Amino acid sequence: MSERHIRRIAGRAMPLRGDNIDTDRIVPARFLRAVTFEGLEAHLFEDDRRTPGHPFANAAYQGARILIVNANFGCGSSREHAPQAIQRWGIRAVVGQSFSEIFFGNSATLGLPCVTAAPETVDALMRAVEANPSVALSLSLEDLLVEAGGVRWPIAMPHAVRDALVSGQWDATGLLIDRYEDVEAVRARLPYISGF
Amino acid sequence: MPATLFQKVWDAHTVRRLPNGQTQLYIGLHLVHEVTSPQAFDMIRARGWTVRAVDRTFATVDHIVPTADQRRPFADAMAEAMMSTLERNCREFGIPLFDLGGGDQGIVHVIGPELGLTGPGMTIACGDSHTSTHGAFGAVAFGIGTSQVRDVLASQSLALDPLKVRRIRVEGELGRGVYAKDVILQIIRRLGVKGGVSYAYEYAGSAVARMSMDERMTICNMSVEGGARAGYVNPDDTTFEYLKDRRFAPKGEAFARARAWWASMASDAGASYDDEVVLDAASIRPTVTWGINPGQAVAIDERIPSPDDVADAERASVEEALDFMAFRGGAPIKGTPIDVAFIGSCTNGRLSDLREAARLVRGRKAQPRVKALVVPGSERVRLAAEREGLDRIFRDAGFEWRGAGCSMCLAMNPDRLEGRQICAASSNRNFKGRQGSPTGRTLLMSPAMVAAAAIAGEVVDVREMLP
Repeated sequence: MSERHIRRIAGRAMPLRGDNIDTDRIVPARFLRAVTFEGLEAHLFEDDRRTPGHPFANAAYQGARILIVNANFGCGSSREHAPQAIQRWGIRAVVGQSFSEIFFGNSATLGLPCVTAAPETVDALMRAVEANPSVALSLSLEDLLVEAGGVRWPIAMPHAVRDALVSGQWDATGLLIDRYEDVEAVRARLPYISGF
Repeated sequence: MPATLFQKVWDAHTVRRLPNGQTQLYIGLHLVHEVTSPQAFDMIRARGWTVRAVDRTFATVDHIVPTADQRRPFADAMAEAMMSTLERNCREFGIPLFDLGGGDQGIVHVIGPELGLTGPGMTIACGDSHTSTHGAFGAVAFGIGTSQVRDVLASQSLALDPLKVRRIRVEGELGRGVYAKDVILQIIRRLGVKGGVSYAYEYAGSAVARMSMDERMTICNMSVEGGARAGYVNPDDTTFEYLKDRRFAPKGEAFARARAWWASMASDAGASYDDEVVLDAASIRPTVTWGINPGQAVAIDERIPSPDDVADAERASVEEALDFMAFRGGAPIKGTPIDVAFIGSCTNGRLSDLREAARLVRGRKAQPRVKALVVPGSERVRLAAEREGLDRIFRDAGFEWRGAGCSMCLAMNPDRLEGRQICAASSNRNFKGRQGSPTGRTLLMSPAMVAAAAIAGEVVDVREMLP
């Protein structure tokens, strides 16, 4: 069980423009034909990457640790393969205008923070990185700020998820099995299980 | 205090408030399939845990099963490996598996209701975003990722935050040739593909009240395409009638008691909602997507939008979609030639969908250059359709009649688009590359509209072809 505290992520970033980038684009379904998540990063944006200039095919962004996206990132299929591939590729945090709920939850479970920022902030960050891919970003979950080139912008994240990441408690399974008698008590009072 | 169904179900299943402020929610039914579960079982084994509630966990195979030749071992070695991994995991942990050829297999969201596993007032989770389908019965049902599949296996619960509730009332009568699929496509078009984020959608109004369970499932199924993780319809007599005599539904006197409890879980009159939207059923026309997300849809007699017609915030998306689809803004959607017609999926692969499509196809022929495919949602749907002779109607018209599975909805099996083909599809997603070809194109519509398009060889108005 992981107890890794996730407080600050720093490093180079990659801008990935476009609203509604769905999980079929992040990892096309044909690469879900597997029984492990190993090696999935090789198929990250497999089809989109063929578009000339795609950030994941751009050498300038290799080694990026922070992904910057627009609105409703990760919509569609619930496949955890999407955040798994992003994380295995080397991304340690995603900054975006908004995320699909399932993608956000899957990422949190993996210790991959997805933080939101105002559209102007996202645009400013994307422009800064596009102008100079070597610029370093620093993202603090404790202060809820992202900093680039000496400028700071506010970011947001639901308190519970932020606290879980910062305190290293983001892997919830331990908590959930901790008091199984409480789970049994709920089960016992549900008529569709205990019998009508 | 009056409450919504969502609030009642949430409260009834709350285990405790976790230290991080989230709710530990009991999961009353966990459905498992071959794609999103193998890693979860591995994690369970690696940590020395076990599956806590094997009586509330059920598995089937749907995503990777071939629909033409289902003999084992499959021609695709990886598909065979996924299949045998699920079989092994189910054996090891004692989970019932509705396996291929057993009579109960099918798309997980089709068989849950068929078997009466799905019921009102439940919480239902599955490693598949279209789990929202089960909300049609008045359940709170949502898709989860693989780590959460692990959590449910290990603890029969999840750490979650509650959703807000938006009531969507569809009032009035739907016109002839207008189906549940058109209703949900218009809802998503109006509220947007991210309009439902942080909400559960409660579908209500006189049009929804008149709908069959199959139709309600079509609507709830696509809640997630509108950004809402869950969608539901309050249980009523239609729901109870559907459940009567289903294998896992309560029987006899227990059914009467169940019915009372189910009814008590429906939203109370006077419950408050975080938002409300009203649609006029009579104004909804057969609807077709023209773009690369399910919100990019127009009525059959409308034109494809042009980047100049839309708000600034939409322009880039419209341009990207037109570019991918190679469609011209301002052109009619009607008359768009198609190469493939796909009838099936958890959205529209149930018996009533096949009946309506067959009604249109009877005595006609699909255009020879169109590859037309009918994939029943389950073995049970397939058998029932064959008893009615629907398979013969489709075959006579030049359609292929297949085994049950997800098939060309997401093309994890051999059924897929090639190159730039355009597919008229009764499924749920028109994302780039969704149907297996990175450059393939998908037009979402009702099954009757798909059947009509197969016959005409192009997108047509089904109202002009209904017998």
